[in-house]
Amino acid sequence: MDERISLTRGLSTRRRAYDITMRALLFASAIIICALLIFLIGYIVRRGIGGLSWEFLTSEESVIRDVKGILPALINTLYIIVATLIFILPLGVGSAIYLTEYASNRRLVSAIEFATETLAGMPSIIFALVGVIVFCETLSLGYTLIAGAFSLVMMTLPTIIRTTQESLKTVPQSYREGSLALGSGKWHMIRTVVLPSSIDGIVTGCILAIGRIVGESAVLMFTAGMSMSLQNYNEFADIFESSGATLTVALYVYAKERADFEGAFAVAVVLLIVAFAINISAKLAGKKLKKS
Amino acid sequence: MTENKPQTLKNLAARLLRALGAAVEQIMRAVFLLCGLVAIGFVLVISVYLIISGIPAIREIGLADFLLGTNWDPANKTAPAYGILPMILTSVYGTAGAIVIGVPLGFLMAVFLSKVAPRRAAAVIREVVDLLAGIPSVVYGLVGMMVLVPGIRELFGLPAGDSLLAAVIVLAVMILPSIISVSETALNAVPREYEEASLALGATELETYFRVSAPAAKSGIAAAVVLGVGRAIGEAMAILMVAGNVANMPSLLTSVKFLTTAIAGEMGYAGDLHRQALFSIGLVLFLFIMLINAALNLFLKRNKEGN
Repeated sequence: MDERISLTRGLSTRRRAYDITMRALLFASAIIICALLIFLIGYIVRRGIGGLSWEFLTSEESVIRDVKGILPALINTLYIIVATLIFILPLGVGSAIYLTEYASNRRLVSAIEFATETLAGMPSIIFALVGVIVFCETLSLGYTLIAGAFSLVMMTLPTIIRTTQESLKTVPQSYREGSLALGSGKWHMIRTVVLPSSIDGIVTGCILAIGRIVGESAVLMFTAGMSMSLQNYNEFADIFESSGATLTVALYVYAKERADFEGAFAVAVVLLIVAFAINISAKLAGKKLKKS
Repeated sequence: MTENKPQTLKNLAARLLRALGAAVEQIMRAVFLLCGLVAIGFVLVISVYLIISGIPAIREIGLADFLLGTNWDPANKTAPAYGILPMILTSVYGTAGAIVIGVPLGFLMAVFLSKVAPRRAAAVIREVVDLLAGIPSVVYGLVGMMVLVPGIRELFGLPAGDSLLAAVIVLAVMILPSIISVSETALNAVPREYEEASLALGATELETYFRVSAPAAKSGIAAAVVLGVGRAIGEAMAILMVAGNVANMPSLLTSVKFLTTAIAGEMGYAGDLHRQALFSIGLVLFLFIMLINAALNLFLKRNKEGN
């Protein structure tokens, strides 16, 4: 540090002023952003922690018994995650495999990559509109969890494609050549050599996709409904008939339609914890699986 | 003869197996090709459905009246009006405002993380910024609603604090993570030799960062800006909660309606022409986004060639 100060000492006043102003700006912006982060997280936790209880997480809302609970929202979120992953996992991984292992036509590859980029940059409200016309109305699925999941399939597909593709690229070419030289067919080579060595990217992609699904609200509000009560879930297949709010939609309903801010902040804390868990597990998955 | 028969059988079995293997190879190839085409299919479905359901209302209202009309009043039974100019301008101003606040802040933060901060501190800050990126937009909306809106109301002595200003601040915070991470990646990719040469010629560290590293990373930083524009113009739920949702011509302290919040706020109850008009707004938004994506691709390509 002392060395730096002595370096600026020989400078003209103008250059020294530039140096000092720029340094001050850098530190100021760093401090502003860090303070903002701490404030955001602290504020949400402080306002929400009071409303958070075991009962809140595990019961259904009831006016008669004066109980507030988000169990239905938790279940809806979970079902939508599972239903979406069932589709995007094979589609996304398959698409990445085609791009890195099979495709020989340059034009087709760049068309697919352009389409993926376009989907990734599309705002969620567009997926909401298209989801409503295509799934709820044209395919007459109605306003159900499955219609919401299908709309999210369009939205989250690029996440899986991209992470899988990245990790397929890091599989050494010599693995493929070794496998092919031993007489295995291409599909056999992919199944036994390429896919196992790119599992880290696939898992990371799934975690990131789950993060986007949990955080999404606009799409689900219009395709999967806003009901806050427990539907008649006996089994997973009920997603074809029931509609309901996920966590984010529940937050919106609490805040905007009921002005129940304690409930809204309690849901926000839950969402914050989920976001934190997803961040950490995405990083761990990338590191751990790569090592093994 | 007795020896030959099992031999042919074996041959036959081997040939059959090989044919089966080849068939499986062909089938899997086709399956993977189909998976690859799904993304293109989705983009086509989105484009086609948006155009089909967006055109009728524009045709009925008239393109000029729709795009340049300054009055949005679809609920009016006697003389409904479907002009979306206020929303287009609000979206443009709101995005511009978010960029004006978010980009300098994010860029300076990226320089700080990439060049100045001690490695450990930078790693911790990066984690927290990543967390910021993972927080759902409704949570930003909620905090904005409870902190910004009353703050603005009191600061400016307004009857209500729901305003363009509140939306701009929320958007600026929301685009920060992507601006920081994309520009930091670009700054990290600047060859170390450039900086060393500049330092060796007697420039100070800060002169080097801002006059050598930043210009060398400029296409990456441009990509960060365009990405921020895309994020900001497409955001709906967070600003739906703080903007007030009245289709005024935009000014900083009035309640406004964005292209996105018009759709998000009115889809629930709109019927007939009103509903069709919302799809037309979706089409307009889609065209905006396609333009921004094209710009983004251009910058990213230039970035790749530059490196």
